[in-house]
Amino acid sequence: MSDTNILTKKDLKSDQEVRWCPGCGDYSILNSMQAVLAGLGIPKEEFCIVSGIGCSSRFPYYMNTYGFHTIHGRAPGIATGVKIANPNLSVWMITGDGDGLSIGGNHMIHILRRNVDVKILLFNNQIYGLTKGQYSPTSPAGLRTKSSPYGSVDRSFNPLKLALGAGATFVARTMDTHPKHMEQVLLEAATHRGSAFVEIFQNCVIFNDGCFDAVAGRKVRDERTVDLRAGEAMVYGDNHDKGIRLDGFDVRATSAAEAGVWDPTVVSSAPATVLAELDGREDLPTAVGLFRRVNAPVFDQDVHAQVRAVLERKGPGRLEDLLYTKDAWTVS
Amino acid sequence: MRKDAARPAARAPWDTLRTMTSLPNTRAELPLQQQESVVIRFAGDSGDGMQITGNQFTDTSAFVGNDLATLPDFPAEIRAPVGTRPGVSGFQVRFSSADVHTPGDQPDVLVAMNPAALIVNIRDLKPGAIIVLNTGNWGEVDLKKAKLDIDPRKSGVLDGFRVIEIDINTRVKEALASSGLSSKDVQRCKNFYTLGLMYWLYSRPLEPTLKWLEKKFAKSPELVNANQTALRAGYNAGDIHEHFQTRYAVARCETMLPGTYRNIMGNQALSLGLVAGANLARLKIFLGSYPITPASDILHQLSSYKDHGVITMQAEDEIAAICSAIGAAFAGQLGITTTSGPGMALKTEAMGLAISTELPLVIVDIQRAGPSTGMPTKTEQSDLLMAVFGRNGDAPMPVVSCSTPADAFECAIEAVRIATQFMTPVILLSDGYIANGSEPWRLPKMADLVPFPAVFRTDPEGFHPFLRDARGVRPWVKPGTKGLEHRIGGLEKDADSGNISYDAKNHERMTNLRHQKVLNVRDTIPTPAVFGPEQGDLLVLGWGSTYGSIRSAVDLVQRQGKSVAQIHIRHVWPMAKGLDEIFARYRTVLVPELNMGQMTRLLRSEYPGIPFLSYPKVQGLPFTTTELVERIQTILG
Repeated sequence: MSDTNILTKKDLKSDQEVRWCPGCGDYSILNSMQAVLAGLGIPKEEFCIVSGIGCSSRFPYYMNTYGFHTIHGRAPGIATGVKIANPNLSVWMITGDGDGLSIGGNHMIHILRRNVDVKILLFNNQIYGLTKGQYSPTSPAGLRTKSSPYGSVDRSFNPLKLALGAGATFVARTMDTHPKHMEQVLLEAATHRGSAFVEIFQNCVIFNDGCFDAVAGRKVRDERTVDLRAGEAMVYGDNHDKGIRLDGFDVRATSAAEAGVWDPTVVSSAPATVLAELDGREDLPTAVGLFRRVNAPVFDQDVHAQVRAVLERKGPGRLEDLLYTKDAWTVS
Repeated sequence: MRKDAARPAARAPWDTLRTMTSLPNTRAELPLQQQESVVIRFAGDSGDGMQITGNQFTDTSAFVGNDLATLPDFPAEIRAPVGTRPGVSGFQVRFSSADVHTPGDQPDVLVAMNPAALIVNIRDLKPGAIIVLNTGNWGEVDLKKAKLDIDPRKSGVLDGFRVIEIDINTRVKEALASSGLSSKDVQRCKNFYTLGLMYWLYSRPLEPTLKWLEKKFAKSPELVNANQTALRAGYNAGDIHEHFQTRYAVARCETMLPGTYRNIMGNQALSLGLVAGANLARLKIFLGSYPITPASDILHQLSSYKDHGVITMQAEDEIAAICSAIGAAFAGQLGITTTSGPGMALKTEAMGLAISTELPLVIVDIQRAGPSTGMPTKTEQSDLLMAVFGRNGDAPMPVVSCSTPADAFECAIEAVRIATQFMTPVILLSDGYIANGSEPWRLPKMADLVPFPAVFRTDPEGFHPFLRDARGVRPWVKPGTKGLEHRIGGLEKDADSGNISYDAKNHERMTNLRHQKVLNVRDTIPTPAVFGPEQGDLLVLGWGSTYGSIRSAVDLVQRQGKSVAQIHIRHVWPMAKGLDEIFARYRTVLVPELNMGQMTRLLRSEYPGIPFLSYPKVQGLPFTTTELVERIQTILG
């Protein structure tokens, strides 16, 4: 154990039996996470994985790192406290569409606007799994579930647009069916300074099986998704023969040669928003990959910078001086 | 002749005084009457600077060595319309040559800067009280704003009081005629004129306030000058104009223990106690908080202590506030969250998480009148049962409660001690009355503050996160410590490994372990002392901010030669050992509290067989000494 920085996936597996349903998309995410974290050169005791409540939030128990399985929707608050208290830790937050966008929606927008250096993985399966199958804020309207036997009349959230609207500095999307893509996106998230928001299309084999098949299915995904990469043309298709390009506030299909080059670092979040709105379009592919990556002040770093600045100016405070102030008087 | 003629009321005791003393022209020769204790209430519009006036009077009284207690009373609205009744802001100070425990039931003096201030406060006054009216704000419009059809000076409501009418607006204008200030700025010096007049009446020195003004307006010498001139003009007015037929003096309090003192408000003392507690635990503070009346001042104060390594985060809501503190606690800092009743309700689930994961955390609840939004600026003790029991599941948590502004310092340290020594969240209860009230605080000697350094486990040998020591306390590990990687959460843990467990017997065992750990806190807390006879007819039991009122009342009744004792509970949960033996020595235990009898319920369930008598009050106000004396006398017969 002389060189802790060389980890293998096995080092990051805890001794706990994984208890997701057989065939659940979460297994693939766990696998990719272990692969990515092992390769970061960070000792395993410096990882802290924080989750809320839901199927996805059991994640920390299966990682042989520090972990905190908290309460429903509140992982952002707890992850923020962990990161501020110990900025050396690599803090990862695991949440789902119900945990992160419904009960915890408020905290989600605030951790993103503050740009706390926490990597956020939102497992989106468009359903409440752990409570056995009710519609979630990302379920498509009309979905028949246990709590919507005649179809849900709720409009759904687009998680990426929420993150972009909240001012997230890193926004990406990947799929449980595509480990290679997932590992690449997670690696990029890991190296970003500030909050990184990653939506993962994740299949719930029991309550919403096949919810992303039409987009993320192994056989169709090359035809039905376009992978956004920084500085590369937005080309897709089994034969890489199709493309898209931005056209004002819309997107237009093109040939591969005419495809636009994607830049996730532009000041405006509007292009990324336009691409996020491709979801559900028949005529165009769904966008995955890197939507946004910009630099901004990082909350936890600024908190400590402010403390340091005051300490430099005033010197370390003494308790005695706080108590014995100038307005004190003596009775003898 | 005198424009602001004093209007002696028919039944005022001063009438006698007046006829007795044939007044010479030299005002300096006025008789100086010694008084033991005086209560003054300054009242005016929110913008009239009454809080500053009251605070200055308080600081000067502290300077001359009086014991004192204060009570600010301000509206929930920031600036209600000028001159209206909801816009009235008040500050009551009691200063004394003897020990005082409360700001006083009834003011001896009311300073009313406008008709609204008079009418809102008049019913609280002592019969025969002095009322100083600023007639400069007494026109038709002012009366109308105060919803008065008839001028109270003509309606008879002032009968029985000693009324002094002064056109302070004009007096200040005259005094500052050559100041070069705008008339608006001149009028803003009114409160210092008033303060000067009160300094004259109660023979206080001007120097502390003169100095304070120099510092306060260091960047604007013209304002220092103007306010100092107004202060002196008010003082001299006492000499020049014959408003008063006598002057008073309140001697220094000789019974105050030797030591260094400062005047302190409850929220200030509590903030300092948290810093001291962190210092003694050798930890850095992380405060996660969301603004709420009357707790916000703690967030304000702690956010200025960056040079003490204090980190504060104003969270997006009450839940994120406590959760960030829990996260910081997991990472090895002293996690603190501060709030009031509605915020407590929102934090409930997260408190359960801290209990389940056995992380240290201090939750400060500055109670206010409820339910729901209730009366944000009014005091109450009605969160007690919520603090002790108000969570899902069997969720035991220690609860400590402050009894006076200065006591909040010690209680905050105690909360930090219990939290970090027992790996548990602790609720620290205070209330609006303590938070904004003030009293002289005898500062602790630094050597008397005994450290209780937090211990972090670093040894991987035989480790699991719920391995307990003899007191039932689990280890605290900083993430980042090699070889001790572990996972915790709100799911039930196996007692022998810390892993998730749904085993029935294990759950019962863990529930008992958590319960026993909290009960073990009793081994480290003293049995409270009894004030008065060790046995007898009546023991008055209090907790929290009722301390001063109960102490004053018990003291009074004892001086009448009757047998009554007082006991005050700091550790609300778990309660100290030995209380049952104390209770058994009295025929009745009277429990006054500012709620519907919550402590009484708690006591009845803990000590069945003891005749507890509840005395509830829910008016958003503290007990007066008088009402407690009457109650005690009724019981004693």
